[in-house]
Amino acid sequence: MATRTASARQRRPKTRWLIHLLLIVSCLVVTGPILFALIKATQPTTQVISASLIPGAQLWHNVSNAWVQADLGIYMRNSFIIAFAVTFGKTLFSLMAGMALVYFRIPFKPVVFGFILLTLMMPTQVLIVGLFDLVSKQAPPTWQALFSWIAHPLAPTPYGFNWSNSYWAIIVPFLASATGVFLFRQHFMSIPLSLADAAKIDGAGPLRFLMSILVPMSTNTIGALAVIQFVYVWNQYLWPLVIIRRTDRQVVQVGLNLIISQGQDTDWGLVMAGAIVALIPPLIVFMLLQEQFMRGFALSSEK
Amino acid sequence: MREGTPVFRSRTTAWLLLVPTLVILVIFLYYPAAQSFVLSMYRSNLILGTRKFIGLDNFRELFTGLLAPMYRQVVLQSIVFSAAVVILGLAISMAFAMLANQKVTGARFYRLLLIWPFALSPAIAGTIFSFLFNPQVGAVNHFLRMTLGIAPRWLDNPILAFSLVVGAAIWKELGYNIVFYLAALQNIPGELNEAAAIDGANAWQRFRSVTLPLLSPMTFFLVFTNVAYAFFEVFGLIDILTKGGPVGPSALHLDNAGLTTTMIYRMYQDGFGGTGSLGFAGAQGVVLLFLVAGITVLQFRYGGRNVHYGGGS
Repeated sequence: MATRTASARQRRPKTRWLIHLLLIVSCLVVTGPILFALIKATQPTTQVISASLIPGAQLWHNVSNAWVQADLGIYMRNSFIIAFAVTFGKTLFSLMAGMALVYFRIPFKPVVFGFILLTLMMPTQVLIVGLFDLVSKQAPPTWQALFSWIAHPLAPTPYGFNWSNSYWAIIVPFLASATGVFLFRQHFMSIPLSLADAAKIDGAGPLRFLMSILVPMSTNTIGALAVIQFVYVWNQYLWPLVIIRRTDRQVVQVGLNLIISQGQDTDWGLVMAGAIVALIPPLIVFMLLQEQFMRGFALSSEK
Repeated sequence: MREGTPVFRSRTTAWLLLVPTLVILVIFLYYPAAQSFVLSMYRSNLILGTRKFIGLDNFRELFTGLLAPMYRQVVLQSIVFSAAVVILGLAISMAFAMLANQKVTGARFYRLLLIWPFALSPAIAGTIFSFLFNPQVGAVNHFLRMTLGIAPRWLDNPILAFSLVVGAAIWKELGYNIVFYLAALQNIPGELNEAAAIDGANAWQRFRSVTLPLLSPMTFFLVFTNVAYAFFEVFGLIDILTKGGPVGPSALHLDNAGLTTTMIYRMYQDGFGGTGSLGFAGAQGVVLLFLVAGITVLQFRYGGRNVHYGGGS
């Protein structure tokens, strides 16, 4: 028996090498295409379209060309603004709603919670037809027009927010999150209630309680939600494609396609540089908050 | 019960905390969802701004009219596409995650290499693949020309194009799936497998009767996130790689639409492409809403109550 247990732990060298070999193959499958893009981003234009896979010295040249001439810099700025705004707003609003659902008396609480959860069935991609009118149409010119709009919610949208080509169009609709509210609610319910009672006896109001007890105790959930939301917003494609028509307001994911179709022949070195640059911010966020993400989401039974 | 013993009594504060979330959900999710139903009953044009009530004509057109063969093909393609992405993608991810979970030297390094594409986007995957598989200057055809003397036209041949989109979609999602499978694997106590080994179970038996069942809650979660991914998120990848084309082979009666056109892509084309038929696209949006509702109901029924989409809204 002892020998078998030992063999389970210390495998024969042959098996070990096989595992290493398979692991190297799987790492190549997963990272190969990115590695390829990275190599191509370093090569001079003439070499990019050849079969050569030898790294060149033109990385900075390609990146700065993409950044300035192909507007990558503008796309990146736009993506940064919306990704930070949405991540911050969504986390804050979800935290607030989760707190209300756990620590306050709310009439018809299950109904309110159900009303929030039901939006899991409404992915934005599916709603773009309805959302487009609402976000892009002219604002109601008079109060009367506004009231008549509200009075007839089931007529086709007559007015809207007039937000096409503005950041608001890709920020505001995403500030609420059923996923976020759900995660915070579950997490708060696992915190002993005695803590809240003690805080209250010490004279802490809701805001003090939120800032000095709930937030410090929720770093894993906050980190997990921030990762999920940042990656989600940064990678969004369909809605910006539909609602943003001005290139100087476009996000980087759609911008990549604009860089591909720029000019007669695609400058693939530039495009690969753009793809690598566009991948870096969500990658950094994921790497920085990986621990919290694992503990607050991937390993939780609350998914 | 915790629900019955609220700590704070102020109703005003409670509603102030809830209002931002509720207002945004009502205005930007519930109202547009309802508007999808409303618009689906109109002939509405994006460019002209015209609107005419036509009842259920848009749905008739989708299911029995002239465009019904097109829509049937698109629905079929979406189902085949997501089945391929989910089944192959999860099988590969599970295998890679199990490899990375082995106790070998450098395991941490391998794991890091395998999970970092978590942050990858469909658009970036589409961009890289459209260069890799570019018929003239792509690396894959350079290689095939040198070794086999062939240069397939990846984006013009319908079967190749479909396989390419499936492959790219699977590859993009590998990082995401491996992160979750690795997390689940690391939660499985090592003694379980050791005990099974002592009882004489071989590697395959240990996998079948220990690891696979213990991974099933995670597989269940990933099946649903991957279905949602294959139906909705993959849009950016398709838009960059194939734009929904090329038209399928007529021998198989798949020439009514581009072979890589999924339901969401067709909705985009009809509503915001050349014709701008928002009402017709709205009807497709309604079909998709019912589909999401059906999937969510399945998920809640078979997965208990503690499941939901990761990422998403």
